[in-house]
Amino acid sequence: MAVAREDLLTQQIELNMGPQHPSTHGVYRALLTLDGEKVVKVENIIGYLHRGIEKLAEDRTYTQVIPYTDRLDYLAGMLNNLGYVQAVEKLMGIAVPERAEYLRIIMAELSRIASHMIMVASMALDVSGWTAWFPPFRERERILDLFEMTCGSRLTVSYMRIGGVAADIPPGFLPALEAFLNDLPGMIAEMNGLITGNEIFKARCQGVGKIDLETALAYGISGPNLRACGLPFDLRKARPYGIYDRFEFDVPTLNNGDSYDRFVIRLLEMEQSARIIRQAMAGLPDGSVMAKVPRVIKPPRGEVYHQIEGAKGILGFYLVSDGGNKPYRLHIHSPSFVNLGALPRITEGGNIQDFVVNIASIDIVLGEVDR
Amino acid sequence: MTGLIEELQRLFPGLQGEEGGDMPALVVPADQLLAVMKELKERQGFNFLADITAVDYKNDEQIEMVYHLLAVPEARELRVKVNLNRRHPEVPSLTAIWPAADVQEREVYDLMGVAFPGHPNLKRILCPDDFTGHPLRKDFRLKAEEGRE
Repeated sequence: MAVAREDLLTQQIELNMGPQHPSTHGVYRALLTLDGEKVVKVENIIGYLHRGIEKLAEDRTYTQVIPYTDRLDYLAGMLNNLGYVQAVEKLMGIAVPERAEYLRIIMAELSRIASHMIMVASMALDVSGWTAWFPPFRERERILDLFEMTCGSRLTVSYMRIGGVAADIPPGFLPALEAFLNDLPGMIAEMNGLITGNEIFKARCQGVGKIDLETALAYGISGPNLRACGLPFDLRKARPYGIYDRFEFDVPTLNNGDSYDRFVIRLLEMEQSARIIRQAMAGLPDGSVMAKVPRVIKPPRGEVYHQIEGAKGILGFYLVSDGGNKPYRLHIHSPSFVNLGALPRITEGGNIQDFVVNIASIDIVLGEVDR
Repeated sequence: MTGLIEELQRLFPGLQGEEGGDMPALVVPADQLLAVMKELKERQGFNFLADITAVDYKNDEQIEMVYHLLAVPEARELRVKVNLNRRHPEVPSLTAIWPAADVQEREVYDLMGVAFPGHPNLKRILCPDDFTGHPLRKDFRLKAEEGRE
């Protein structure tokens, strides 16, 4: 006798999911409400890493805040440095020397590639296994080597300064960068061969965690996750900061807004970042890398909200000065925080195994979520 | 953009414009916030809620809510502020207009102690549930600071 599905007695259960994604170990927990394999409700439980960086900033001078910005999205330290120092520069009206502007572009785009490589590796790991994890992590090391060569550290770089950058690049930098850029197409081809075209990977990701453009905008999703819904919105193009208006590059978009597109878009963006870096290398002028700035930074009273295109979306710094030598208030708008806030919307109604794919595809880093 | 502020002032007489900052800015009375934001989203093209935060102006007995809006894709920016009484800060939730407000209002509630009537799930988000006080208030004292002064 056949039993109709609705006659089966099911009971909802709660499950603490993970940590399975590399950036969630010990710092993030998802409380899922399940009906069989269906995810009915997702609750993000965060705050384990909350170090109160905004509060700390009120008790530090403007320059002393820079090392804290490294520790936001520590997978893209250069970008966090850049957003913060540009906010202070905007408030003070400081012009940055040309050479420093070009170096900032090179470092920021390298940082973006490094961050995307981690996303690609982590998602490959979550979906298909260790083999696919290694190549992106291996290649990312070469970017970290370039950072170490320049400023002595690999992750927490503290390279940007209010008015320029901490140090000029050493003699071996440009040849090493050139070699990296020459190898990058091969690296991306390898990642595509191993992961993107893999039938199992496709089956697990295509059509999973779909979100349409209008909903994505309403939920405040930005960066590659938004561009995977078909909108070519990138602050580097829409409202260029620094010297981004001098470079030619495309803003790749895909149309499905699913986990697969959120993955593929990052590989496409790596190619565009490489294009920008090549142009910045070609145009790199000689000269100083630091403007003349007062020893004690005291911006005039006022406020500024500066947004840049971070690796994971729009990264904003809201800075209020009371005229003193410490920020009166510094608020950091982090893309991961808002993108994670949309995860329940992306995931609810799907299956439990899709949750694994979805969290990897939105690419969060908890240092930036909790701040 | 001044055109926008004038048009809004015609619709909402209580609203003030702010000049000379890094972007156009409005100061809106708390009871008009929902109507103003609806107008901005639905008729003026500000489809993206870029940020919600608050600043504690302790000496003025005020907490200032600060909203940043973006019109995507052309990236027009707008700042909207609401001044609140520091003793009972309360402002309507924007979650019905932009779901993006959900986590950001919870953050402001947690760290600054502002209440958002209409929010579906207003509870702490970064601090533990049993945490006392709101750390971003200017008079919040860290344990390490006790006895330092």
